[in-house]
Amino acid sequence: MPVMTYREALRSAMADEMERDDSVVVLGEDIGVYGGTHLVTDTLLDRFGPKRVIDTPIAEGGFTGAAIGMAMMGMRPIVEMMTWNFSFQAVDQILQNAAKVRYFSGGQAGVPLVIRGPNGGGVQLSAQHTHSLEGFYGHFPGLKVVSPVTPHDAKGMMLTAIRDPDPVIFLEAGALYGTKGEVPEGEFTVPFGKARVAREGTDVTLVGYGRQVNMLLRAADRLAEEEEPIAAEVIDLRSIRPFDTETLIASVRKTHRAVVVQEQWRWYSVASEVAAIIQEQAFDDLDAPVERVSGAEAPAPYARNLEIAAFPSEQDVIDAVHRALYR
Amino acid sequence: MATTKGQSRRRKTSSSDDGPVAASATTRSRRNAKSPSPAPSRNGSEAGALDSDAILDLFRKMTTIRFFEDAAQRGFRQGKIGGYLHLYSGQEAVATGFLSYYQEGDKIITAYRDHAHALLLGSHPNEVMAELYGKGTGLVKGKGGSMHLFDVENGLWGGYGIVGGHIPLGVGMAYALRYQGTDGIVQLSLGDGAIHNGAFHEAANLAGLWGREGMNPTLFILENNNYGMGTSVERATAMTDLSAKFDSYGIEHEDVDGMDLFAVLDVAERATQRVRETGAPYAIEAITYRIAPHGAADFLERYRTKEEIAEWRQRDPIGLAEARLLEAGVAEATLDEIKREAKAVVDEAVKFAEESPEPEIAELYTDVYAGDGVTG
Ligand SMILES: Cc1ncc(C[n+]2csc(CCOP(=O)(O)OP(=O)(O)O)c2C)c(N)n1
Ligand SMILES: [Mg+2]
Repeated sequence: MPVMTYREALRSAMADEMERDDSVVVLGEDIGVYGGTHLVTDTLLDRFGPKRVIDTPIAEGGFTGAAIGMAMMGMRPIVEMMTWNFSFQAVDQILQNAAKVRYFSGGQAGVPLVIRGPNGGGVQLSAQHTHSLEGFYGHFPGLKVVSPVTPHDAKGMMLTAIRDPDPVIFLEAGALYGTKGEVPEGEFTVPFGKARVAREGTDVTLVGYGRQVNMLLRAADRLAEEEEPIAAEVIDLRSIRPFDTETLIASVRKTHRAVVVQEQWRWYSVASEVAAIIQEQAFDDLDAPVERVSGAEAPAPYARNLEIAAFPSEQDVIDAVHRALYR
Repeated sequence: MATTKGQSRRRKTSSSDDGPVAASATTRSRRNAKSPSPAPSRNGSEAGALDSDAILDLFRKMTTIRFFEDAAQRGFRQGKIGGYLHLYSGQEAVATGFLSYYQEGDKIITAYRDHAHALLLGSHPNEVMAELYGKGTGLVKGKGGSMHLFDVENGLWGGYGIVGGHIPLGVGMAYALRYQGTDGIVQLSLGDGAIHNGAFHEAANLAGLWGREGMNPTLFILENNNYGMGTSVERATAMTDLSAKFDSYGIEHEDVDGMDLFAVLDVAERATQRVRETGAPYAIEAITYRIAPHGAADFLERYRTKEEIAEWRQRDPIGLAEARLLEAGVAEATLDEIKREAKAVVDEAVKFAEESPEPEIAELYTDVYAGDGVTG
């Protein structure tokens, strides 16, 4: 199987779909001439020209709203948020229009739109430039929210996103653009609403998504090497909304314990929802309370040591597993 | 200067305690002077005042800023500075000129390209560099980094990372200054990219509206450095006369050559005085150029040519000022000595930053709310 970076996987999904369907266009800041701030859209301008690869001014509210209008006319725009932090300037358009037009038009209009860009922290960008927005966008009915971690899923889910009839919030693992992985040749899609079992195990279920999944896999390695080895199952949610309850519950029925890990703040978050679903649907199977490991309840700091302390670490996960196993 | 957690870390504002960049003659003497002496006439050709200490001091400031930015770039390459780092190199004359007319009680607000503003207002270079290094001795305790410099006692109210996001704040601050009965003004800097952001248009409209009643002493300083990241002005708007956008909101404006310190000084003197007296907003478009990449990590510069950069370098504001000083008879040795001193200030700042301790981990949770905060 060919090996690609996460960045190339996203680009190849967009390019393939642009070849196939000329209603697909890309717009955003510095995506064309500049090559894309994170080079995800690099070369697309040369290939598809300025009518389909549209450089915009720094006006997130305006161009996101315009993309919603294009989508209502039957185009399939992909908006690049240079980073998701700037989507707050477009939040009125996303929440008030994209998420609701289908509903309040009684189904007469729809918004087949993808908004994509890097999400999450880890590179010392401090308070205004560090957010994990899965829970925030996942709160709104009418939006679909996904967060792939492997190049394979980045490509497969991007193809699904572009073809989806509804607005998709595509949260990329910004810190992982350069990581490599196998991606099948030719056309393939990864459906929404289907979690991935990233590692099988029997003693505890570790649940995460985005770049946290890699950390969970490392934690699982360490747990397996403990004196009394712990076999952790790792579930990569991938799709935040729609949500794969089945895979999650099947795993917890097997392991009887769950640790949910996220970079975002704990209050009113994805982990809170996951914990609630587990207790609603697998209460009798649980041998311990569901553990949540989350970001520190503070805006993101700049200093390296503070930022490291602000995000969940491998050790935090291991400690939570020990608590769940009463060790 | 090093401070520890829990102690009040702010400096006094007495002049003897000012940082080496701001320390001096010009800022001080101008604060109360009606008509500061050193600004030459608008065409700048009169050399009469050029050899004054004040002008040399401005030269010192610009030179210090440039060395500071060079050192920051090195720190970034060495991995000692993280995150985003936006340098002011090439634009020094703009902030240096305008902040020469800062008076105590004025409020300064800008975006993320903010090192020069802090240095010019009197923040200690050691603390500014320590902030970039993410140290506990930094200007904002290592919490904000390069993009979020604050030094409230010296008039600096940030340091913001979201393009356009700070513009309404500046307009509100200006309202507050008049509401509270002061004669302070707000100097609000924004870029040529930011002017296309909705926040600008909403805020400028408010400023014009409130200014009619004398309730909005905002001096908009539009730093047109030709690009918002990689997007040139022509590629961002069909109406490229940027300052004319202020017309839509009833705000008068003029343009200035932002590479020419003396031209900036001249316009800054009149503009600050006018805003102070009328309580109405006014806008200056300073035409300038950033010779540094947009951010320290942006090495690919496909959007502009080497020739273009070289051409603008010919009009480097520091080089221009230097030429004018030499022309006016200032000895080369004097300028060399100033450069040596500026370099020493920056070297000391780097040393201070490198040797400073990281913030205490407990600082992660302080300043989220006032006082002891809220659990959760
Ligand atoms: C709302 C928003 N969108 C995008 C960005 C990313 N970004 C940071 S600086 C910048 C360019 C701003 O250009 P300009 O206003 O001209 O200021 P300059 O950088 O030239 O000083 C962009 C697009 C951001 N910080 N905020
Ligand atoms: Mg600019």
